[in-house]
Amino acid sequence: MNDMRTMDNTVLNETKITARDVNVHYGTTHAIKGVDVDIADRTVTAFIGPSGCGKSTFLRCLNRMNDTIPGAVVTGEIKIDEADIYDSRVDPVQLRAKVGMVFQKPNPFPKSIYDNVAYGPKIHGLAKNKTELDEIVEKALRRGAIWDEVKDRLHAPGTGLSGGQQQRLCIARAVATEPEILLMDEPCSALDPIATAQVEELIDELRQNFSVVIVTHSMQQAARVSQRTAFFHLGNLVEYGETGKIFTNPEDSRTESYISGRIG
Amino acid sequence: MTDIPQSGATPVEPPAPKGDSLLVTDARTKRRNRAERRFKAYGIAALGVGMAFLVALLWAILSNGLTAFTQSYVQLDVPLLEEKLDKDGDRDPAKIAKVSTFGYAPLIEAGLVDLVEKTGVETELEPKALTKILSSSAAAQLRDRVLANPELIGQTVSVELLASSRVDGYLKGRVSRASLARDKNLDAEHLDLIDAWRDAGLVEKRFNWDFITGADASDSRPEQAGIGVAMLGSLFMMLVVLILSLPIGVAASIYLEEFAPQNRLTDIIEVNISNLAAVPSIVFGILGLAVFIQFMHLPQSAPLVGGLVLTLMTLPTIIISTRASLKSVPPSIRNAALGVGASKMQAVTHHVLPLAMPGILTGTILGLAQALGETAPLLLIGMVGYIATNYPDGVAEGFLAPNSAMPAQIYEWAKRADPAFYERAWGGIIVLLVFLLAMNLIAVLLRRRFERRW
Amino acid sequence: MTPSWIALIVLAIAAAGFVLARARAQAAARREARRLHSLPNYYGWTAAIYAAGPALLLLAIWLVAQPIATRSLTWPVLAAEAGENAVPSLMMADVQRLASGLDAAVATGRLTAEEARALPPEELRAAMAAQGVALGSEVTPATRDAALRWRRLSGTGDLLRGIVVIGLALAGAAWGVSRAKPDFRARNAVEQAMRGVLVSAALLAILTTVGIVLALIFNTIEFFRLYPAAEFFFGTTWSPSFGGGSELGILPLLWGTLYISIIALLVAVPIGLFAAIYLAEYAHRNVRSWAKPMLEMLAGIPTIVYGLFALLTVGPLLVEAFGRGGYLGLGWMQGGTAVMTAGLVMGIMLIPFVSSLSDDIINAVPQSLRDGSLGLGATRSETIRQVVLPAALPGIVGAVLLAASRAIGETMIVVLGAGAAARLSMNPFDAMTTVTAKIVSQLTGDADFSSPEALVAFALGMTLFVITLALNVVALWIVRRYREQYE
Repeated sequence: MNDMRTMDNTVLNETKITARDVNVHYGTTHAIKGVDVDIADRTVTAFIGPSGCGKSTFLRCLNRMNDTIPGAVVTGEIKIDEADIYDSRVDPVQLRAKVGMVFQKPNPFPKSIYDNVAYGPKIHGLAKNKTELDEIVEKALRRGAIWDEVKDRLHAPGTGLSGGQQQRLCIARAVATEPEILLMDEPCSALDPIATAQVEELIDELRQNFSVVIVTHSMQQAARVSQRTAFFHLGNLVEYGETGKIFTNPEDSRTESYISGRIG
Repeated sequence: MTDIPQSGATPVEPPAPKGDSLLVTDARTKRRNRAERRFKAYGIAALGVGMAFLVALLWAILSNGLTAFTQSYVQLDVPLLEEKLDKDGDRDPAKIAKVSTFGYAPLIEAGLVDLVEKTGVETELEPKALTKILSSSAAAQLRDRVLANPELIGQTVSVELLASSRVDGYLKGRVSRASLARDKNLDAEHLDLIDAWRDAGLVEKRFNWDFITGADASDSRPEQAGIGVAMLGSLFMMLVVLILSLPIGVAASIYLEEFAPQNRLTDIIEVNISNLAAVPSIVFGILGLAVFIQFMHLPQSAPLVGGLVLTLMTLPTIIISTRASLKSVPPSIRNAALGVGASKMQAVTHHVLPLAMPGILTGTILGLAQALGETAPLLLIGMVGYIATNYPDGVAEGFLAPNSAMPAQIYEWAKRADPAFYERAWGGIIVLLVFLLAMNLIAVLLRRRFERRW
Repeated sequence: MTPSWIALIVLAIAAAGFVLARARAQAAARREARRLHSLPNYYGWTAAIYAAGPALLLLAIWLVAQPIATRSLTWPVLAAEAGENAVPSLMMADVQRLASGLDAAVATGRLTAEEARALPPEELRAAMAAQGVALGSEVTPATRDAALRWRRLSGTGDLLRGIVVIGLALAGAAWGVSRAKPDFRARNAVEQAMRGVLVSAALLAILTTVGIVLALIFNTIEFFRLYPAAEFFFGTTWSPSFGGGSELGILPLLWGTLYISIIALLVAVPIGLFAAIYLAEYAHRNVRSWAKPMLEMLAGIPTIVYGLFALLTVGPLLVEAFGRGGYLGLGWMQGGTAVMTAGLVMGIMLIPFVSSLSDDIINAVPQSLRDGSLGLGATRSETIRQVVLPAALPGIVGAVLLAASRAIGETMIVVLGAGAAARLSMNPFDAMTTVTAKIVSQLTGDADFSSPEALVAFALGMTLFVITLALNVVALWIVRRYREQYE
């Protein structure tokens, strides 16, 4: 299945995100060093690399979540659809509505399932009335592949779901605001294998509507879900290309060492 | 997914708006950002109001209280006539001591009349009325001086006598000529004299050691009241609190943190301690009154009893902070000690306790500071201001003789009718706050000096 | 023998026991060529603890119990003379003063022991005055008899005390020394004793609560014997008069307490909560590091300072604004002391209390929830209002309840700032009074403790204790459950 996907890879898809010479400093730490990358639309792009290599930091640059961390300084250029997201005219709030994010640990709000999903549409004013909101919530839950499991208890607390369900709820919550890009920061690391499989399947479906960027520490997962893979090491983007190629025939020796388990 | 109309047959969404949409902030986002700024402004305003209250409080204290640390004195030449003070002329101390303060009052009067003439101020005041310039304790001050040194009799001595509180208030700007209109204690004409004497350097303000070291004075002599005796009362109380609450608090904390089994009794003790920490202090006063005074018949108004009550009141606080510092010692230390064959008790006393000691001391000092400022329970066991008039003789007396404490003394002054006492109350607060500040500073330094990161 | 001498002798015996037991253990070990079970010092400590522990404990109990016993044994002598409205405590105080005066007179040699016993009542007052002991009234024969009986009883008691306590110490030391043999587990015995000390220290917390409850209950029952409970709980007039005919209804006091607390919370909760939100969510680390301690300084200031601030600063300021002839021209306020004065100042006092509790609670909300909300494109304030605060709500409710309990139990601010008149009024600029203020005023007067006017303070204290305890229990329970949720 993976082979099939890499075969008909979406080379035709146009570029969604362009990053040029991105550097990130945390205080005195130089976390990201001159990263250039183009991320394609309607594609799953995986960032892999050993812990602390900067892959999560780079991911958080893409929706300016680094702004919320005191002391983080981002330089360089990141363009989404030709607009520089670090331009002073860009409102990060508006940006984040367009670039949704799913986190490592499922983090449903201590509210009902319905309110969790309705939260984004409400703050962005996407629904004119209750009926519309209901529709948005249902659609998001269906896209999150969790509708059938929760449709009878929409007003039960979201924290009462199982780990895998919670993570799919969080994905549904993120898609409810109709983003164009979905960032996923190790979305399966806190899940058991069965829940992981469900979420991976969901990611594959999401590819049809969104540009998905996923950070993962599991190479198998990157191979399973992504079409393109970027390998980060010590803050550098070492290699970037078709997933199949990275895993079978990497150009850089560091990539090869990591893939074969010699560093990491 | 297919039953959602928008997505319909094609899984592909309508193309996203391209280009500069991100660069234009839409109206809704603008509105939301305004709400954001408003919300943040509320936060800053709240913090600002809190700070403003702090500043207002400190300003009120300093502006009203600092004047208590200076006091006005009148320089006077008093003829110590032999025929009045020592008729037989044999300087027998026993006989001199028989002359009461009434015997000295005419001498002071004479001194005042003399001073009026010498400075050449016209006044219609009777000699008797002149004495209103001086504190009513002036005669007693003079008498004490003569008793200490009988050789002065027969001479004209130059003495410095306390001015009355009205004169003092006038020199400090608290009392104005207008406010004297309804005051029978002093007339405007007195002030003319004071003005002249001040220019001549015969009336002056000096630093008021007597306020810091002195005893409380009666309602009619605010100029003489000091906080020294109450300070001693507080000191003896704090000694009791320290001696009792440190060992008991540490023992209870060690038991609960290191030895207590997980059972109902432990639960009850823990719930009890956290509830006791929130019981109003006045309830501890009732406890002290009923148990220590009514039941055990310990002496009323004694610092010992005050200390006992405050100990019970501060113990929960000390136990809570001590447990926190015991908890911060990592289990690896205990395991290391147990691993080389120490008993549990040895592990705790030899290793955990010394490591936790700085934290325990910090908590204890802060507990003491809290106890030092406490007033309400003391009022119920009779430690009220007006009894702080004599120094205790000796340490045992210090614990057992009736005394007051600084906050109770301040309360007493605040209650008195004469506004001259308010200055004393504010001044007392400055003294109290200096102690509290010092204690907190020691606690902070201790924490900084010994802070460990595991 | 004075108690301090007895204590010193006991300690000396303990020290001797220490030395003997340690030497004995070491000698035995050498003789039998065996290793001691514990370090030699532990054998010494065993003996010292056996000697001093029980003896000192007994001494302490004796010191408290003997006066109580003597008093009840002496009272029958006076009882015959005591009339209807006699105050036992005052009469006994006279007896005690006379007895200790006689003791002092004998000790200084002013009187011989014989004279002290034989002096007729009418000469006693003069004799005591010579000794520097002032007696309130002429000594009646019954008082003299009682004082003599008191001296006899306490003399016997003191003697007995010395013998029994020192005997117990000797027996303990002997037993400790006799057990000092190599196979005796001395360390375990010492540690057992230490553990006992630790447990009793922890039990003191329970003892304190029991003491509070008993002190309140007994006196409250006594009060309800003299004054009907229904009138106390439902009476709307509070006018104590020591001559009798007092009306002691708690409702006006409860109303004053409640009114002041509500105003205080209206000041403290919004300011404290918003300050906490700003410090936890917005403030730069540097701002936080000085603003938080500054705000907490308000909490370290003693309440007497706030009381004075209310009485002398805030009260007059409010009168200038709202009083008759004030610049707002409203004339709502008669004097500086009022519900508003006390409420405002108490609110200032509670700001840091609310803010630091809320700060802790807001910080306990996991960062992942904030990230989740910000990642969806919410602004910070939306995140706070719609995610953080709802998540923190139980904890904040707990904090507000704790603050309310503080406000209800606060004494000095209301004593100085609220006024002394008990009234049921809606005007916040009226002077009113509270439960705590009346506890102080009823117990600090010259009232006799057995009159309903003084005893009512215990009933007020009981009410106060029950209300604050209930608030605390609920609040602590909520906060604890909240913490567990995120741990």
